[in-house]
Amino acid sequence: MSGVILPRLASPGLRWARRYGLAASGGAIILAWLILAGCAPWTAPFDPNFVDVTDRLRPPSAVHWLGTDALGRDVWSRIIWGGRVSLVVGFSVVLLGAAFGTLLGAVAAYARGWAEEVLMRITDLVFCFPPIILAMAIAAALGIGTLNTMIAMLVVWWPKFARLARSLVISQRALEYVEAAQTVGFGPAHILLRQIMPNALGPLIVLITLDLGNAILVFAGLSFLGLGVTPPSAEWGAMVAEGRELVQQWWVATFPGLAILSVVMGFNFVGDGVRDWLDPHARTR
Amino acid sequence: MPEPAEHPLLAVRDLRTWFLADSGPIRAVDGVSFTLHAGETLGIVGESGSGKSVLAKSIMRLLDEPARIVGGDIMFRGRHLNQLGDAEIRQIRGREIAMVFQDPMTSLNPVLRIARQLVEAMTAHGRFTVAAARKRSIDLLRRMGVAAPDRAVRAYPHHFSGGMRQRVMLAMGFSNEPALLIADEPTTALDVTIQAQILDLLRDLNASLGTAVILISHDLGVIANVCSRVLVMYAGEVVEEGAPEDLLSDPRHPYTWALLHAAPRIDAPLDASERRLATIEGQPPDPRAWPAGCRFRARCPFAEARCAEPPPLSATGPTRAARCWITQDGSSLPPPPRRTAAPAAAAPSAPSAADSPVPMLRLAGVTKHFALARESLFAPPRMLRAVDGVDLDVFKGETVGLVGESGCGKSTLARLIARLHAPTSGTIAFDGQDITTASIAEMRPLRRRMQMIFQDPFASLNPRMTVGDILAGPIALHGLAGDPALRVAELLDLVGLAPAHAARYPHEFSGGQRQRISIARALAVGPELILADEPVSALDVNIQAQIINLMVDLQERLGLTYLFIAHDLAVVRHVCDRIVVLYLGRVMEIARAGDLFARPLHPYTAALIAAAPVPDPRIERSRRRVPMLGEPPSAIAPPSGCRFRTRCPIAAPLCAAEVPLLRPGADGQFVACHFPGAL
Amino acid sequence: MASRLVTACIMVVLASFVVFLIANTVPGDPVLAQLGDLAAANPAVVAAFRHRWGLDLPLWERYWIFLEGLTRGDFGESIASHRPVMQDIAEYGPATVELASVAFVLSLALGLPLGILAAVRRDSWIDNLARMISLVGVSAPTFWLAFVMLAVFYGALDWAPGPGRLDVAAFPPERLTGLLLLDTAWLGDWATFRDAAAHLVLPAVVLASSTLGLITRTTRAAMLDALSQDYVRVARAKGLLARTIVTGHALPNAMLPVVTLGGLAYANLLAGAVMTETVFSWPGLGRYTFRSAVAIDFPAIMAITVIVAALFVLVNLLVDMSYALLDPRTVKT
Repeated sequence: MSGVILPRLASPGLRWARRYGLAASGGAIILAWLILAGCAPWTAPFDPNFVDVTDRLRPPSAVHWLGTDALGRDVWSRIIWGGRVSLVVGFSVVLLGAAFGTLLGAVAAYARGWAEEVLMRITDLVFCFPPIILAMAIAAALGIGTLNTMIAMLVVWWPKFARLARSLVISQRALEYVEAAQTVGFGPAHILLRQIMPNALGPLIVLITLDLGNAILVFAGLSFLGLGVTPPSAEWGAMVAEGRELVQQWWVATFPGLAILSVVMGFNFVGDGVRDWLDPHARTR
Repeated sequence: MPEPAEHPLLAVRDLRTWFLADSGPIRAVDGVSFTLHAGETLGIVGESGSGKSVLAKSIMRLLDEPARIVGGDIMFRGRHLNQLGDAEIRQIRGREIAMVFQDPMTSLNPVLRIARQLVEAMTAHGRFTVAAARKRSIDLLRRMGVAAPDRAVRAYPHHFSGGMRQRVMLAMGFSNEPALLIADEPTTALDVTIQAQILDLLRDLNASLGTAVILISHDLGVIANVCSRVLVMYAGEVVEEGAPEDLLSDPRHPYTWALLHAAPRIDAPLDASERRLATIEGQPPDPRAWPAGCRFRARCPFAEARCAEPPPLSATGPTRAARCWITQDGSSLPPPPRRTAAPAAAAPSAPSAADSPVPMLRLAGVTKHFALARESLFAPPRMLRAVDGVDLDVFKGETVGLVGESGCGKSTLARLIARLHAPTSGTIAFDGQDITTASIAEMRPLRRRMQMIFQDPFASLNPRMTVGDILAGPIALHGLAGDPALRVAELLDLVGLAPAHAARYPHEFSGGQRQRISIARALAVGPELILADEPVSALDVNIQAQIINLMVDLQERLGLTYLFIAHDLAVVRHVCDRIVVLYLGRVMEIARAGDLFARPLHPYTAALIAAAPVPDPRIERSRRRVPMLGEPPSAIAPPSGCRFRTRCPIAAPLCAAEVPLLRPGADGQFVACHFPGAL
Repeated sequence: MASRLVTACIMVVLASFVVFLIANTVPGDPVLAQLGDLAAANPAVVAAFRHRWGLDLPLWERYWIFLEGLTRGDFGESIASHRPVMQDIAEYGPATVELASVAFVLSLALGLPLGILAAVRRDSWIDNLARMISLVGVSAPTFWLAFVMLAVFYGALDWAPGPGRLDVAAFPPERLTGLLLLDTAWLGDWATFRDAAAHLVLPAVVLASSTLGLITRTTRAAMLDALSQDYVRVARAKGLLARTIVTGHALPNAMLPVVTLGGLAYANLLAGAVMTETVFSWPGLGRYTFRSAVAIDFPAIMAITVIVAALFVLVNLLVDMSYALLDPRTVKT
């Protein structure tokens, strides 16, 4: 091969790291939080609700890694226990919302006609409201509590999945394999659930992953406003609220906020990674 | 090859353009050399993946990452294009070398006016002021045959059809009077009548302006129509080079030979008893690891032991060269052996209406109007008249061809018969049973007897299912007897695939193999009628021939009836017993294949036949041209009277006033024209 | 366009009905929220309270009263503040509009160039920076970011003024529009203008953070998509300058999704200022909404949701109209 000048390419390991490094680190962050929060009784050094006013507002130390709050509770232990709430709420709201929204959108898209019209108008209607305002109104009306807040979030959460599922089904429905299945004689339910949905799953999974962070963020926001958990339960948003006047004792509000940031970024990393992985255009790059 | 005394315009020497992919280099262009003189027309032909488009982009230096010119030299008017900096190559692009791309629908910026896109091409090189460029753009459009050019420049691209857009692209290409125009498959996305118009224009521009042209195409007929010299590419190399007169009558490379014989020709003698085409085995090789020795060896019917050594491109005549050991001594390749027809018992002679009184399929006055979105709340609803009153009978065992340009309603008609759509009016009867309004449940038992093959081999198989599941699904659904796994293996064998392929997913197969799977799926339930919607349009010519041969075989073995939809007249003529010509949702003419081409009665049929290119420059130059005016009108507001009258060269006042009925002509030929046979 | 407007109005009324149903069928009761436990235990007091606010009327009648008021632009009287709801909204609205507008301009001014540069110089340091900024922007909780900003730039460094729209000692200018920057500029009160502007910096940056992230991300993706289109290759083949290709060919196409997002983002900024307003003690609509929600102040909640829904519908309408300007394909021929 005379006269051929090949430029040096980066090693395969480096190229993998460049492409999926962020996604892997995001996955590691999520996994770490799942383990920490899932095994809170063992991983938290202190009882999150143990009040010791003699030990209040201590800066981070060897005993209290992230310091103590105004009631002398260990901030690190409360963050670990608070992670449980955030993760459970995040997963439940997004998975339930996604299941409901996807079903609705997919059925609407496949049914066409008036059924589609009605279902999508309802979706538009809910879409008219900024989620946080509607969730706030509903959460306030239902009364404070984790379950009520989750219900409020669910009410506003499903429409985006309905829209995505609808557009995915519409684009798949135009492909010839769907017509082939109809020509063979398969019924609508089989075609929608067994043939189309597996092909629409990729983008849905991307949205679910990215949205998990979003749901945790909104729930923390509602908690911050006092609508999320009932005190004295540990929750990240509520912890920031408790510490927001304590500018000198910065650790009380800063660390729970960092916890939220890390989880949300973790989900974003993973979501972006999944998207790149599913997108053949980006993959061959 | 003798070098003319003057310096060539373009000299490419041992060019290598590779894609530096993660999994190793893809050697798309791998040692290509050629020269081009001023004013010359050079055709580059080859199937997809042969490297012809990458070669064109390399000359323009329009390569995207990770493609890189890794070796060789491109000399253009004394400059090494491959060594120029970004600013220098920019001054050559559009000014000295212009390029026209395949898809005119996406080549124009949708949010900018035509004028702006033409003007900036001229002002970018400082040859014109904005005012002068503006004036010139109108002149250019007029020169390219765009109607009302002063109005056209103010329009946006979406107002134009594909043919018109390609004229705009040509205007852009010629705007700076370049020395060389590279046209990469400029007519592939267009209908055959529009293709003929664009090729005429290209030839005319070359002759009158003296611009050298490199025309890239997969179609030998297109090349023969325009070019004075041809380069055949295979696996990143030039395998044969010469004048089209020589190459297309006496190919000296087995690949050229195969390309030439695999494509059915519109001027070949017809033989209804033998419809198989000459094909070569297998698929093009993997560009990551070209085979050692001659790259065509594995597929070559003439291969010998010495082909294990890579052959050089050596002269086989005074003005031609081929990369082949066999013809190095100047000998020709033999014509393909006439295949002997299968035993007569299996070969059904073309049946006629008299043999079987009840047609397998009978369409009477079938229409399909699609409601379009209203333009506003109070506007009247708009209707797209996709199919508008079609009568058609298909008899058992015959192959009926459905031809027409895009938008004529041929695919919609197939979907109406398969009852994927419900007709707006008319009746469809399958084997005497009215299925016009049959429900999903009522259709299900009939679906065993009527199946469909689709155009796009990449979209017609569910990517998330294994081939085995794709084939077993229909068997299970219809509760067919026997071991499904055995039946799947049997089906794969029937279409020429291995039983082991059942475990794989569609993306592991090539386009031709996928089309085989698609056929196997249709056969899974043992149908009698197969609706084939452009089954070979998306395939390269050799793969197309393989699939046609397979379909012919299957018809003989299983006694199938085909409704064969295509836009390629030569293919339809070759495989069909009877042909139906559609135009804007209406039947124009129905005739036996031989009769239709020997004496077309409808002017549209005549125009279609005249527009189809033939891979022989001598015939191309002497053929009668049927002038076909403009572009097909919209199916939303079709012309009154005869639908074809707006483009018909012999239209008379009567044609606008009265709809011509489909009337029987001589010898079982039907035509819908007030002046049949007048053209 | 007329039909779009009609549809939009129907959507707003339907939205109000949905909120009305939700608000009235959930167990929350303004009686408990407004009256003390002692008074709530007294049936006579409760009955008087219900009668006073029309809560004893049947549902449909209450909705009818609401609709009737809506036609006159009257949302009734707030249960919490005992003032006409419109008066409350007029008082708190401008503060939020000012904050959201400044934040919106900020996120556009930074996000658009950043997104464009990131797409043009894909995989370069600027691309990585843009991705990092947008990622942190959408991932950081607003309320926490607000706390950190206040703690650092006001508490520790004292570079920025503290919470509120103006210094506690400053006299607010005569109220013209309620937008302090406009009012002070009109009156020529530049000292107060500077004070108001300084107070806007931190909350606007905090509020802009997530919008900035979204705009950067969308711009980058839209530009990447536009740059990969055939017409860009044609533009290169014409020999155009790289700059002309980016600004003249890719950008006009990439603006379409950005405009959609931008419209939605502005509406969301107006609606989503609750957290920022809470931390910065900003006397805006966000905090008013929150207070009304907690107090289950029906008239106020109804008014806010209808206004917000109307705002969203309006923004969508504007986006559609700007589409017609940006994309000739949407104009009917």
